Amino acid sequence: MGKVIVVTSGKGGVGKTTSSAALGAALAQNGEKVVVVDFDVGLRNLDLVMGAERRVVYDLVNVIQGEAKLTQALIRDKRVETLYLLPASQTRDKDNLTPEGVEKVIAALKSAFDWVICDSPAGIERGATLAMRHADVAIVVTNPEVSSVRDSDRIIGLLDSKTLKAENGERIEKHLLLTRYDANRAERGDMLKVDDVLEILSIPLLGIIPESMDVLRASNVGAPVTLADGRCAPALAYFEATRRLKGEDLPVTIPGEKRSFLGKIFGRKAA
Amino acid sequence: MTDVLTQPRPIRLKGRSFLALALTPELPVADWLVRLDDLAARSAGFFLRRPVVLDIDGLDIDRQELRELVEQLSSRNVRVMGIEGARTSQLGPDMPPAMTDGRPAADFEAPAESQKTEKETVDPVEIPAPSAPLQQPVTAAPSLIVSRTVRSGQSIFFPEGDVTIVGSVGSGAEVVAGGSIHVYGALRGRAMAGSTGNAEARIFCRKLEAELIAIDGFYKTAEDMEPELRGKAGQIWLEGETIKAAILG
Repeated sequence: MGKVIVVTSGKGGVGKTTSSAALGAALAQNGEKVVVVDFDVGLRNLDLVMGAERRVVYDLVNVIQGEAKLTQALIRDKRVETLYLLPASQTRDKDNLTPEGVEKVIAALKSAFDWVICDSPAGIERGATLAMRHADVAIVVTNPEVSSVRDSDRIIGLLDSKTLKAENGERIEKHLLLTRYDANRAERGDMLKVDDVLEILSIPLLGIIPESMDVLRASNVGAPVTLADGRCAPALAYFEATRRLKGEDLPVTIPGEKRSFLGKIFGRKAA
Repeated sequence: MTDVLTQPRPIRLKGRSFLALALTPELPVADWLVRLDDLAARSAGFFLRRPVVLDIDGLDIDRQELRELVEQLSSRNVRVMGIEGARTSQLGPDMPPAMTDGRPAADFEAPAESQKTEKETVDPVEIPAPSAPLQQPVTAAPSLIVSRTVRSGQSIFFPEGDVTIVGSVGSGAEVVAGGSIHVYGALRGRAMAGSTGNAEARIFCRKLEAELIAIDGFYKTAEDMEPELRGKAGQIWLEGETIKAAILG
């Protein structure tokens, strides 16, 4: 049985889709079978970031409504053969997602893949709650600024109450992925410090992804940043996050800082 | 600029709970009224000036019959202040309002010994002998312990007593307590203590970064709070109509 991960944030534009694609590609490069599912029905982007936009025939809504088989809707990546995409529909809206339909699709994907990564839409409505519903693990993507942090706090509250695991009295595993981190701006006090974000959200840190032109460049050529240029700083940060996701105990480095006084940050696992 | 800005005197909205006698009528109503008369005959004025709530949960009567019952009761000096367990179809604008979330309290003592009538008419709900003053039963104040962080958008509502949070209260979260609020973490959201009219209630926290604090209906927003308290461990209480705050030693 595969693991279901939801990549979520509450706030839009913080890097959910970029992170879903990058983590999916990084996991798949180790030979594991990965599917990335776009839950952003009506505003899909994952197909673009993964460079599959011209190969979409059927989508998640078609599968849920019985108009297509799951195997017809899955798109295999041309670069990594164990990486798949299940695109969202651009023409429908989120009301087309039914709880029963989503449950069926996730159950089928879980039995066929090692990792099912659900790219959640922004917001706290139907699309977002259905994306997190069946998750075993949640990755909360947050930018180091106050509005993003508060929205993430809200999402963590929902993860602890609205997911199937929470309703069964289990605890859903939650990780913080701090994205678009700019060391210079943090230094000047224009951004929240890593410590402050961790203190407010008090969930373990999965990784810090530096703000970088490489991310934009990768999206524009339609490749997850971990495939576009495996040597660039954000890609390396995503690779490290992937290893931590698989349970490795790796110290987190704050991008742009030479010394690693960061053991103390990773050591701080609250709540 | 305007009076509104210079004289902020907001209306205070508070909840309060009272003891009422709960009566459970039975069908046929005429028979039940006879038994009620029998009870009242043994103690004149038993119902006088006593608030009464009619519990009609599961009682098969329509709006007109209920209206007649209320009139019958009021002709016997039983004043019905509210109706519990009623369907909307049973109530009208000219009738006592619907009441919900009643909690049992100590039993009322019926006027005289008569097992039959006592059992059937007076619902085991509340307090003391007819003419004795109302006495609060001595019980420990209930409290609620929340051993996790209260996240943005979540709300803890506990009008019965104190709330203790072992964790933080996030920005955009709120805690409402009838008694005091204790936060063993950072208080970043809203905390409203003494919400049911308890001016003695206080708020304690390990790190004060609250958006709003209120005690007994008086409130203060972050903007009005002393900046030197920000980020410190603190306690907040009410003196007269002024909210006071101090750093905790």
